[in-house]
Amino acid sequence: MNATEGKNEIIPIAPAELPIRAMEMKNKGYRLSQACAAWLKKEKKLELSYSFVDDDTYDIFSLRISLEDAERDTEIASISEIFSYASFYENEMRELFGANIKYIGMDLQNKLYRIQEETPFVPKKEEA
Amino acid sequence: MAKRSVIPYGPQHPVLPEPIHLDLVLEDEKVVEAIPSIGFIHRGLEKLTEKRDFNQMAYVAERICGICSFGHGYGYCETVEHIMGIEVPARANYLRTIWFELSRLHSHLLWAGLMADAFGFENLFYQCWRVREKVLDCIELTTGGRVIFSVNKVGGVIKDITPEMQKAILDTMDYVEKETKILKKTFMNDYSVQSRMKGVGVLTKEQAHALGCAGPFARASGIATDMRMRGYAAYGELDMEPIISNDGDCYGRCEVRIGEIFQSIDLIRQAIGKIPEGEIAAVVKGNPDGEYFMRIEQPRGEADYYVRGNGTPNLDRMRVRTPTFANLAGLCETLKGADYADIGILVVTIDPCISCTER
Amino acid sequence: MAIMTFAGTALKNLFSKPVTTKYPAVPAEYKERTRGHIEISIDDCISCGMCVRSCPCGTLSVDKIKGTWSINRFDCIACGFCVEKCPKKCLSVVAGYQEPGAEKGSVTYTKSPEVLAEEARKREEMAKKAAEAKAAAAAKAAAAAAEKKD
Repeated sequence: MNATEGKNEIIPIAPAELPIRAMEMKNKGYRLSQACAAWLKKEKKLELSYSFVDDDTYDIFSLRISLEDAERDTEIASISEIFSYASFYENEMRELFGANIKYIGMDLQNKLYRIQEETPFVPKKEEA
Repeated sequence: MAKRSVIPYGPQHPVLPEPIHLDLVLEDEKVVEAIPSIGFIHRGLEKLTEKRDFNQMAYVAERICGICSFGHGYGYCETVEHIMGIEVPARANYLRTIWFELSRLHSHLLWAGLMADAFGFENLFYQCWRVREKVLDCIELTTGGRVIFSVNKVGGVIKDITPEMQKAILDTMDYVEKETKILKKTFMNDYSVQSRMKGVGVLTKEQAHALGCAGPFARASGIATDMRMRGYAAYGELDMEPIISNDGDCYGRCEVRIGEIFQSIDLIRQAIGKIPEGEIAAVVKGNPDGEYFMRIEQPRGEADYYVRGNGTPNLDRMRVRTPTFANLAGLCETLKGADYADIGILVVTIDPCISCTER
Repeated sequence: MAIMTFAGTALKNLFSKPVTTKYPAVPAEYKERTRGHIEISIDDCISCGMCVRSCPCGTLSVDKIKGTWSINRFDCIACGFCVEKCPKKCLSVVAGYQEPGAEKGSVTYTKSPEVLAEEARKREEMAKKAAEAKAAAAAKAAAAAAEKKD
């Protein structure tokens, strides 16, 4: 059997670039495999990753948005207009990590999971 | 225009194996729109990385789900191994493949039973689970657990499969193959079964791609994608082709999964025939530092694992994107235009695993 | 397309022996590797605490002085990680599940008095040796300080 490992790349992008890069992925015929956020404790950074996959070659390309602690609230446009099913992932990122994602197609108003604490995965912002 | 009404469906419902809530907008008997809502069993297992070290997380990852348990443990360990650059011994890779296929077998037989239950064929349901029980016995013999395997660790596996056990597995495979052939006849040819499944909930190839469906659900719509083709573990050395169907309806999904039962039996036979001698675990030193995206084929479809290490025993992030999360959008699409009586079947055909989805 | 495809199997099942067993009357058969619960041969334990640190659900506790090892069996998930980590291999996973109960509670195992006495003796010896070493070091330091003064 000819196994195809596929490429596995992470592409850093700016927050404002996301919709256009997502459009590019869509035009190449890729599928959104997953989107997730991560909070880096040491660097104090919020990272959003959008992974796009090719079903024929098994390549995976991850668009990576890095936000420093101070710019955590940067507005990020939702890509649910381009990939309708991105809503679930975006709701999850906003609810658990407090990513400021705007105009989500199916906005669940932070009610995806029934949790008590707000944005449990990131430390609270210090009161100014 | 007919009057519209909204009917809440779930989270507790006789046909649902797990809690998902659907708000169904009905026009007479037809569903116009379905709005899913989840979150009834969110356990925050991903957040446990703050308190547990990366070795313990392998056991936590396994307990995300009771049916695709082995896959979660394996996917997590494989991701960490990639980050740490650990070369897993060849025998461990074969053992993992055998266990993975056993877990796929029991998951698909479980699904076949639930499906039979959903269209009201109780007798067939029990027959499926009767066959599945033999697979569970095999799993208990080799790992010690019936559904939670607990044999994976970062660096390899904990237990070996002895030659006697290999023989017992092969004997069970003969039995399962014989019995599944009988089950297949009923699932694929029976008039009353077909009348419930043919043409119900059709999802075209274009729709399936546009909605990001994964796994058997996508393969039933003709998308030939199977993560096992990436050749992780020992799959690269075994012969297999993705099983697809072009129907895109419930019948197609059933066909794909029944086909995969035979494929798994074949893969287990191949793996046992080719298994090399040697070590079953590599030595692990240090802590993971880095990140990796890993995709594996779970019984329910493609699952994504992402691990971010920071050089300390506690990981920054462990993320699992489970197949059901990807298939929710596809489910809502198939529900549109379906009869109210078919909702149960349609929800079951994506093989939903809500505890996986919410972690 | 066919009808009554399952009738043969159903009839066969109707007239054959059941595949299930009469469970409480006939005891369940466990396999050799079945992970039921954790057992300890307490006298081999060296109270190192590796099992406590490895346990993913924090169900174990060890007291070195008292020579005890406790497990809350209701929290234990029988994953076997402690068994794998134990340096003396005095832990084992054996068949048989925890019986249900009205309250969660932990079970404590204490080492036999002989082993405890032996350990206490060793500890005392160690303490004595440490004290002697400390005294010697102090004397040496004092001597060095005196030398410096001169």
